[in-house]
Amino acid sequence: MLEMVEIWSYLTESPLIWLTATLLAYIVGDWAATRAGRAPLVNPVLVAVLLLAGLLWLTGTSYATYFEGAQFVHFLLGPATVALAVPLWLNRDSVRRAALPILAALVVGSSVALLSALWIGHAFGLPFNLLATLAPKSTTAPVALGIAESLGGSPTLAAVLVILTGMIGAIVVTPLMNALRIRDWRARGFAVGVAAHGIGTARALQVHPQAGAFAGIGMALNAVLTAFLAPWALALYL
Amino acid sequence: MIHALALILACQLAGETLARLFGLPAPGPVIGMALLFALMLAAPRVAALVQPVGEAILRHLSLLFVPAGVGVVGHLAMLSNYGTGLAVALVVSTVLALAAGAGAFMLVAKLMGKDRSDA
Repeated sequence: MLEMVEIWSYLTESPLIWLTATLLAYIVGDWAATRAGRAPLVNPVLVAVLLLAGLLWLTGTSYATYFEGAQFVHFLLGPATVALAVPLWLNRDSVRRAALPILAALVVGSSVALLSALWIGHAFGLPFNLLATLAPKSTTAPVALGIAESLGGSPTLAAVLVILTGMIGAIVVTPLMNALRIRDWRARGFAVGVAAHGIGTARALQVHPQAGAFAGIGMALNAVLTAFLAPWALALYL
Repeated sequence: MIHALALILACQLAGETLARLFGLPAPGPVIGMALLFALMLAAPRVAALVQPVGEAILRHLSLLFVPAGVGVVGHLAMLSNYGTGLAVALVVSTVLALAAGAGAFMLVAKLMGKDRSDA
């Protein structure tokens, strides 16, 4: 019995256990999503996050300890963003033809995401530093951290709001677009990339390859545009 | 496979360097994506090399967001104080942005289509 305790304390000190747990939790989440016929609400990220948060709470493990293992997965976000060039390249002709609709959807989607979030947050009495944290929530995680920090918000909370936004977008996009009778994969994909960054893009890639490619462009363009718009939009609430 | 992986990482590295060097608002990986896309357009050999590895990385893109998502455990107090406001802001603004973005796309695509059929 003592041996088990020693082994446990050794394992919890090493990054291996939480790296393994992250992969296993995602496998469970992905399995659940497949079993549910890719029903939007059974989002693999949501399932995995809930499982791991519960596990950390049960074992009394801090997020810092968890992240020592999970950072190896987290690191791959950068290379994966670069790899979005592949679906973009595969769909280069349809992207070129849709340049004007892309531009319109970018400006409208990005502004609505930013201004409506700040307006609602302000109406609910959120303090200014929380509004600054909320402003970049539709952009991809590394960009959001930078924007939130430069505006006087909290980078780690910004990461959480980004993930929540991504999960909300991935969950609502299919039923919403069906309800609005928007069947164009380019429009559906691009809008979810702008509003819900990489998690929306991941959902789009699962649903349709063309939607995935347009989502990747939406995510990339919105990261740049929000970096310009956010300080200006936030100044309305100073 | 190693060649493709090295190329992807090199693009990210170049992107990070350029972003810092010129104080660009776009993040390093997004610039890296633009660089890789330009390389793929310029050289079909590069495209053939990178395509299978890129697709393999993207197949489980969702997994990569899990560690940051678990960070929610560190912000439960803040989330419970301002939870309602944040939740309404996130849900409503995401739904509005999705509808407005897709709607704008469809509207302009339709206008362009009309132009073409008139011409």
